[in-house]
Amino acid sequence: MRAALTLAALGAVLCGALGASAQEPDPTPRPPISGYDYMARATQELQDDDFVNPGFFAIDRGRRLWSEPAGASGAACADCHGAEGEGLVGAAARLPAVDPQTGALMNLEGHINDCRESRMNAEPYVYESEDLLALTAYVSHLSRGVPVAVAVDGPAAPFFEQGRALFFERRGQLDLSCTQCHDARAGQMLRGDRISQGHVNGFPIYRLKWFAMGSRHRMFEWCNTSLRAEPFAPGSPEYLALELYVAWRGNGLPIETPAVRR
Amino acid sequence: MPEPLTAEPGNPERGRLVVRDLGAASCLICHAMPIPEEPDHGDIGPPLHGVGARFTPAELRQRLVDPKAIDPDTVMPSYYQLEGLRDVLGRFVGRTIYTAQQIEDVVAYLATLTEDP
Ligand code: HEC
Repeated sequence: MRAALTLAALGAVLCGALGASAQEPDPTPRPPISGYDYMARATQELQDDDFVNPGFFAIDRGRRLWSEPAGASGAACADCHGAEGEGLVGAAARLPAVDPQTGALMNLEGHINDCRESRMNAEPYVYESEDLLALTAYVSHLSRGVPVAVAVDGPAAPFFEQGRALFFERRGQLDLSCTQCHDARAGQMLRGDRISQGHVNGFPIYRLKWFAMGSRHRMFEWCNTSLRAEPFAPGSPEYLALELYVAWRGNGLPIETPAVRR
Repeated sequence: MPEPLTAEPGNPERGRLVVRDLGAASCLICHAMPIPEEPDHGDIGPPLHGVGARFTPAELRQRLVDPKAIDPDTVMPSYYQLEGLRDVLGRFVGRTIYTAQQIEDVVAYLATLTEDP
């Protein structure tokens, strides 16, 4: 009896964590396939060669910022986390995550700005600014090859559920949800774009369409606006929760930053 | 949906221009069409070659106005529908994707597509 109850409870927890009930199977494609595999060969080649990959301009800028003293503290990232970023290898693969002190869900951008404000006495960067993109690119690149492994249980569970709900919500004048393209139709052609599974293991990416780097939240914003839906703000609680859900879908994929996408 | 939405009959040449307009949720995002001057037709829905022979104008009008009446789970957008949408981007609030006249023009154009590829 006791064992049966425990099993039932475990089942409920597992279903919650996986975001699927018995009637509604989880449609996430398994194993996950990186957006890289959906790109044309020429785009893959741009990503493969560190000397031509345009994302490395951002990484070089990030490396400079890394060791530049900032704010009233006069400290640089490198002072705490290592001259070559040794202390943060693997960090990007585990984010977003719930901060145990505050209970807030934080992504890499949030951590960088939190360090600036609370430890360096520096102004936080504006989301999507060149400097924040450069530092997130640099720090993510430190984890290149490390498998994405975000936690969605425990304190992360409510954020995960919020993100999952957003992923399945039909929005905008075109009335489409993320899942309709990225779970059900990956590989099909939306005009000239091959639909990918919508993973975020390569971010920030250099996007050819933008001629620029962009964050995960910029991509969400772009997708929402393309569906003629009101986007959430970059850094908003909604996009943070969505980022957690989307990162979880790609758990196990290696971090690729800086990825190049169409 | 047998009744036209407008008094003015649909104009197939105008309809062909309407469906090509890439700024306006073009059918080409999802469908291949006999419009060879546009590259990169999508393959989310079936090719539209021959739809004029397979469907009546009334059926085509229904399909454009509100395909969810045919299949609630379809990914094809409703081109003349304001109900049941959420979080519509500000500049599109209260507007349908196509005007009534554009619907009629596109129906008239689709009716000319009587040949299979
Ligand atoms: C976002 C993708 C999408 C867009 C944009 C779209 N459709 Fe569709 N359409 C579909 C899908 C998918 C189907 C298959 C049936 C279904 O799922 O409803 C379909 C089916 C159809 C059919 C029935 C075809 C058949 O042989 O059964 C017609 C006609 C059609 N679409 C016309 C249009 C026209 C005209 C436009 C532009 C005004 C358009 N569609 C835009 C996705 C789309």
